[in-house]
Amino acid sequence: MSGRWLQRKGPGSAAYALLLLLSSAGHAAWAVPTDTVVYQTPSVFDAHSGPALLIHHLSLFVMQITGAIFIVVASLWLYVVVRFRQRDPNDDSEPPQIYGSTQIELAWTVIPVLITVVLFFTTARFLFAIQDQKMPPTALDVDAVGHQFWWEFHYKTLGFTTANELHVPLSTAQVPTTTSLNLLSADVVHSFWVPELNGKIDMFPNQVNHMWFTPDKPGMYVGQCAQFCGVEHAKMLLRVYVQTSEDFAAWVKNQQQPAVQDPAVAEGRHLFESQSCVSCHVVRGTAAQGKFGPDLTHFMSRDTLASGAADNTPANLKLWIKDPDYVKPGSLMPAMQLSDDQIDKIVAYLDTLK
Amino acid sequence: MADSTLPIGSAIDLTPPSESYGTWLEQVHSWVVTVDHKKIGLMYIGYAVVFLLVGGFEALLLRIQLAVPHNNFLPPEVFNRIFTMHGTTMVFLMGMPLIIGFANYLVPLMVGARDMAFPRMNAFSFWMTALGGLMLYYSFIGGVGLQGAGSAPDVTWWAYAPLTERAFSRGHSTDYWALSLIVSGFGTVGAAVNIIATTICMRCKGMTLFRMPLLVWLYLIVSGMILIVITPLTAAQIMLTIDRYLGGHFFDSQAGGVPVVWAHFFWIFGHPEVYVLVLPAFAIANEVIPVFSRKAIFGYPAMVAASAGIGLISLSVWAHHMFTVGMTSAQNAFFVLSTSLVGVPTGIKIFNWIATMWGGKIRFATAMLFCTAFLIQFLFAGLTGIMLSVAPWDWQLHNSYFVIAHFHYVLVGAIVFCFFGGFYYWFPKMTGKMLDERLGKWHFWLFLIGFHVCFDLMHIPGLLGMPRSIYTYEPGRGWDNWNMIVSIGGMIQGVATLIFAYNMVYSYFKGPDAGPDPWDAWTLEWATSSPPPEYNFASAPVVASRRPLWDLKHPEDPDSRYE
Repeated sequence: MSGRWLQRKGPGSAAYALLLLLSSAGHAAWAVPTDTVVYQTPSVFDAHSGPALLIHHLSLFVMQITGAIFIVVASLWLYVVVRFRQRDPNDDSEPPQIYGSTQIELAWTVIPVLITVVLFFTTARFLFAIQDQKMPPTALDVDAVGHQFWWEFHYKTLGFTTANELHVPLSTAQVPTTTSLNLLSADVVHSFWVPELNGKIDMFPNQVNHMWFTPDKPGMYVGQCAQFCGVEHAKMLLRVYVQTSEDFAAWVKNQQQPAVQDPAVAEGRHLFESQSCVSCHVVRGTAAQGKFGPDLTHFMSRDTLASGAADNTPANLKLWIKDPDYVKPGSLMPAMQLSDDQIDKIVAYLDTLK
Repeated sequence: MADSTLPIGSAIDLTPPSESYGTWLEQVHSWVVTVDHKKIGLMYIGYAVVFLLVGGFEALLLRIQLAVPHNNFLPPEVFNRIFTMHGTTMVFLMGMPLIIGFANYLVPLMVGARDMAFPRMNAFSFWMTALGGLMLYYSFIGGVGLQGAGSAPDVTWWAYAPLTERAFSRGHSTDYWALSLIVSGFGTVGAAVNIIATTICMRCKGMTLFRMPLLVWLYLIVSGMILIVITPLTAAQIMLTIDRYLGGHFFDSQAGGVPVVWAHFFWIFGHPEVYVLVLPAFAIANEVIPVFSRKAIFGYPAMVAASAGIGLISLSVWAHHMFTVGMTSAQNAFFVLSTSLVGVPTGIKIFNWIATMWGGKIRFATAMLFCTAFLIQFLFAGLTGIMLSVAPWDWQLHNSYFVIAHFHYVLVGAIVFCFFGGFYYWFPKMTGKMLDERLGKWHFWLFLIGFHVCFDLMHIPGLLGMPRSIYTYEPGRGWDNWNMIVSIGGMIQGVATLIFAYNMVYSYFKGPDAGPDPWDAWTLEWATSSPPPEYNFASAPVVASRRPLWDLKHPEDPDSRYE
């Protein structure tokens, strides 16, 4: 596409060239970690869960109504614009002056009111179906807490906490499984949005909101925070992993274990526990019990770090610990002023927390 | 000296204007101390045009950053400030002064009055609005904010708490936002008071309320809405400042504070505010479409009722901006109902405009081109609004680029288009010169193409899951190409706007003389010279129908015989 664009003349391709130039200059100036690209389009029309499907059906109905209205009124507009143009520029006579028509005006008042009534009752039905859905007793109950700029997932009935990547069980026709998500916030207003699983619901401090989903296809679903929450709102990314019941049970079993204690990285663990890392992070089974930052007990079981800002590789982890502002400018983790050697040891330690 | 061969007879004073304007300093001084509604109106409009260019420039910066994923043209601190300032500027420093400027200029002329009811408060209102804008823009340089990015506000234009509380918004950026809008709010309220008083008390003889031009009706309704809705915003901003400096807890989560109350206060202002912005666009369409279709407006009483209905119902819809905050299903359902109801009178107006054009002899001067495009674009914007009123679907679309596309479709596609039309229509009256029609057509077609390339396609990333207020986005989500094309559309609109600015400057100095009534129109502002003398009319007009000049031009078939 770019080759052809640049060969053509005109304001469109000039604008494209200018934009490419400016953004290339930006790219060149700052080499952030280049990571694998996840190709997934989180379209609202790609519904893979109960509420998303309900919303999808409703949206098709609404689009049919609005589409019909648009076709009718736009056709009238087009007809009027073409048919009633002044043909002869020297014609100064005025057309007949029509001031109104009670019947026509009544008709085009009553019909929209009827359309509104139909639209309202249909919408209300879906609204109550989604929002007031009773949660079955077997539902998986998870607390999602929004932080600046990461997600805490507290599996209270299963006894562990994790961060940024939400794992939920698959829901099949034979074994319907609901995930019931309670939405809270630790600081400002956030919003949990994974379009293929549900609409979004906001997370307000001191308030418990709720959403549910019944995902019908295993896989990874992307989303992100959808309410401006500060500097790095754009990088508060979300991943939901929908797993078959066996995979999910295995994942839960691993998460429930305390942290791996590998004697080979004892030095790194010692550094981690004596530096301020422990004042923000939890590593279950060790002295690290800080609640401000994400739980790192099974940090290496996650695919990304910094809530999706970079792939979870030792190289990126090293960059992150050395200067979090470089990877995610404005994130609340401070640069700990550690030496490269100290960071290497800590990274080696964290690398064992599978 | 009067010329009784012209319509309205002795109302037009044809004494040549005095050639001596005084020194340059005396001229500037006359503008600074003026209480003449026409000069104040022009100052409001000029102010708005300057901030249209500033806000537009900010938008282009945003679009460059978003043209490709993971771009580094603007760091997040700067991007967040620019998009907050873009929204705040366009609503409060462009939109409000523009609508108030047109009201100031036209309302006294259209009701046959000499000036507004309270000329000195009129001047005070302008200077308060201007001061608010200067305060807001001073934030870019006033003090070094965190991370060296200045103190411009970076909390979005709707500034949700508790992000705006001291704990999360250190420095003074939020204070600049709150205080500058409180100051300009005084100006807005003053203007509304003036419009109401002028409309109710100063109509010329024979002009009953139901003989007023529809523009005046719409501004009356807008002014009533302003009096009701600016207060919640000002109150909320004062409460926020109390939270930030006097130990209050209105909107944080301590001591019984409730953050979602900010959202209620803001949107109780914010939704009617966008109707305050759009009703004047309807007002312009109500004047331009009949004149260029050569027909009276179809269904004047229904238009009045629909406009009043829109104004009233719009006060009850605010929480459709809050379908995702966790209200109960019954509360959500109420706002679904009220929002879809407001679509009914809005649709009626669209039908009436089409019916006005039906059977007419439409002349497509640039003003009419803009108002014709407005009709179809506003229809589309209203329909995406209906989609957003369906709460479950809004749970997907809220805070996505679909919403941004929708509201820009209204703000640009309806409001800016109509106001461009209004410029081409009334520039001759305000300056005595015609705007160049050739440049006007270039402006129109280029802006139309840019608008549709930008905002039609902007709906798509929203439907594909792209949220708003983000300084960058992930590659691989399918948003890349759409964002690039949208950015190109933005650039094209920028070029078109520059052509328009050039047209205004060029035509002011070199345009052909307009005369009192270049469009063969029917309302009272065309019954005096262009530009009008300071006292507007040499003798107070007397009217007998809704279109006094039609009656004079067509004595064999006057409106007063039919309605």
